[in-house]
Amino acid sequence: MKYAGRLAAVTLAGVLSLAACGGGDAGTEAEPGATTAASEGAETAPAALSGEIKIDGSSTVAPLTQAAAEIFGEEQPTVKIAVGTSGTGGGFEKFCAGETDVSDASRPIKDEEKANCAAKSINFSELTVAVDALTVVVPKENTWATCLTVDQLKKAWEPAAEGKVMSWKDIDGKFPDEPLKLYGPGTDSGTFDYFTGEVNGEEGASRKDYSPSENDNDIVNGVAGAKGGLGYFGFTYFEENMDKLNAVQIDSGSGCVTPSVETAQNGTYTPLSRPLFIYPSTAAVKRPEVAAFLDFYVANINSIAKDAKFIPLNAEQEAKLKSDLTALKAS
Amino acid sequence: MAVLSTPKSAVQLASKGRPLKEHLFRIALLSSLAIALIFLGMLLIYTLEEGWGRLNPMLWENMPSIRRPETAGIQSGIFGTLWIISLTALMALPTGILAAIYLEEYADRGRWYNKIIELNISNLAAVPSIVYGILGLGIIARWLQFGFTVMTGAITISLLVLPIVIISAREAIRAVPPSIREGSLALGATQWQTIWRQVLPASIPGIATGSILALSRAIGEAAPFLMLGAATLVRFNPEGVWSSFTVLPLQIYNFISQSREEFHVLAAAAIVVLLAILLVMNSVAIWLRNRYQKRW
Repeated sequence: MKYAGRLAAVTLAGVLSLAACGGGDAGTEAEPGATTAASEGAETAPAALSGEIKIDGSSTVAPLTQAAAEIFGEEQPTVKIAVGTSGTGGGFEKFCAGETDVSDASRPIKDEEKANCAAKSINFSELTVAVDALTVVVPKENTWATCLTVDQLKKAWEPAAEGKVMSWKDIDGKFPDEPLKLYGPGTDSGTFDYFTGEVNGEEGASRKDYSPSENDNDIVNGVAGAKGGLGYFGFTYFEENMDKLNAVQIDSGSGCVTPSVETAQNGTYTPLSRPLFIYPSTAAVKRPEVAAFLDFYVANINSIAKDAKFIPLNAEQEAKLKSDLTALKAS
Repeated sequence: MAVLSTPKSAVQLASKGRPLKEHLFRIALLSSLAIALIFLGMLLIYTLEEGWGRLNPMLWENMPSIRRPETAGIQSGIFGTLWIISLTALMALPTGILAAIYLEEYADRGRWYNKIIELNISNLAAVPSIVYGILGLGIIARWLQFGFTVMTGAITISLLVLPIVIISAREAIRAVPPSIREGSLALGATQWQTIWRQVLPASIPGIATGSILALSRAIGEAAPFLMLGAATLVRFNPEGVWSSFTVLPLQIYNFISQSREEFHVLAAAAIVVLLAILLVMNSVAIWLRNRYQKRW
């Protein structure tokens, strides 16, 4: 028996050394059914809601949803909100399989994703919660590219440029012969889909010989470290790195426009100002905790956006968001 | 472990005869060791320096926050990781050790099916962890409908560490000298009694070390959890095996990709916590090995 005890001690050693640190919650392990039952609760009183709201999708929108969840959590501490960052495409995959309640998206839902949702009879609604100015950046040393036309951007990024447009001179004869170093988001990203759609004319069509990264900070460092660097990402990453990077003005035919909160809000920063969405499922909205969360999210949308350093909606967009939510709840 | 002491005496003997070659060889050995230690040291210094300001109780007292990165903590990640690793240990260690006992003590190695099992276990140990993530997503989360819960994560990680546990437990069992078994059997003990009273107690240090190292590897895994879709921003601790969760490596991954500098500092502090947990686990492994080691 001495040995038996020793053996048991060893098989559990890993557990024990850890359980010792996590002892606080050991008692709850015995009730596995508790969490699943909670979401089915038939509570109607707004006083104390509970349950779990599962949200996944765009990593660009996630901080906004998370900020909303944090402030909402101060009012409703027993509602648990888990926000994933699988990317817009990955989020819709789960959403249309019925695995999440709300999907964050940095581009509108695609037709094939709609078909997936329809196949599982998941109905949803599209809510625009913020805007973003997709910002094209160059390093501080770059003195020539202060304003680029959409055509020039296309010249740098279109699939035909692969292996051919290798220097700034190839984009425009007036630019110096500085090697072009391209940095951009990976192909799973909604930002990539949006940029390629607006600039190259087809979603997902891009040259492949650029340095892709899922982490926008890599793009910041890549562009900042190369004199001939060029990259793009959401506006917040530019705001945080203004000391290292310059934002390029974009000319879509009516003059050069600087990406900023104002130009994104009033829509003059075209074609790269984009709406950011959340997609709640109609079935989930029937649950009181989800309805309460969405009410809170929409009612406080602009203070949440400011808190999470997003570009808030203008008055017109805000009014539309509110009426969209009312319509969703009525359906 | 006995192997470690022999080269020393061999070196002492040989250094009289062929000093130059021996010295060169020793320098080569020491510089190889130095490379590993220098990189470890650099990693430690870098993360400690970066995360020093945030290594305070807020780190484990507070939940992660996207709005207040300067006071945010990683409590949900610490608890998530502890839940996953504890459940993994409960599932993978008994299964792995029993499988190793079968393969070493009972299996007839001439049989084709045992050969196939052995070959596959070695193969599985080399499969990239993201593949286990795909398996977990497809079979455990979706087909078995376990969803994106602590249970799904723990089962997936158990499958990931199981081959490593089996292989290290087999090595430990094989290291028990056959004379011990033969002596026990000769004294009239049954095979079960021999295994339970002689072989297992003698192989405990090896089994424990291998198991804890396998779990240490699991603790640092982010890839399978990314695949499984564990949420990255979670402000509550798991309340049971059917709860949503996040783990430390995923939180670190998420903090690093945020735009604000405060998150990068927080990520460094979280890395220090992860390293500390690993260090504790490895120390336990060493302590167990020394405590129960037997020499023949």
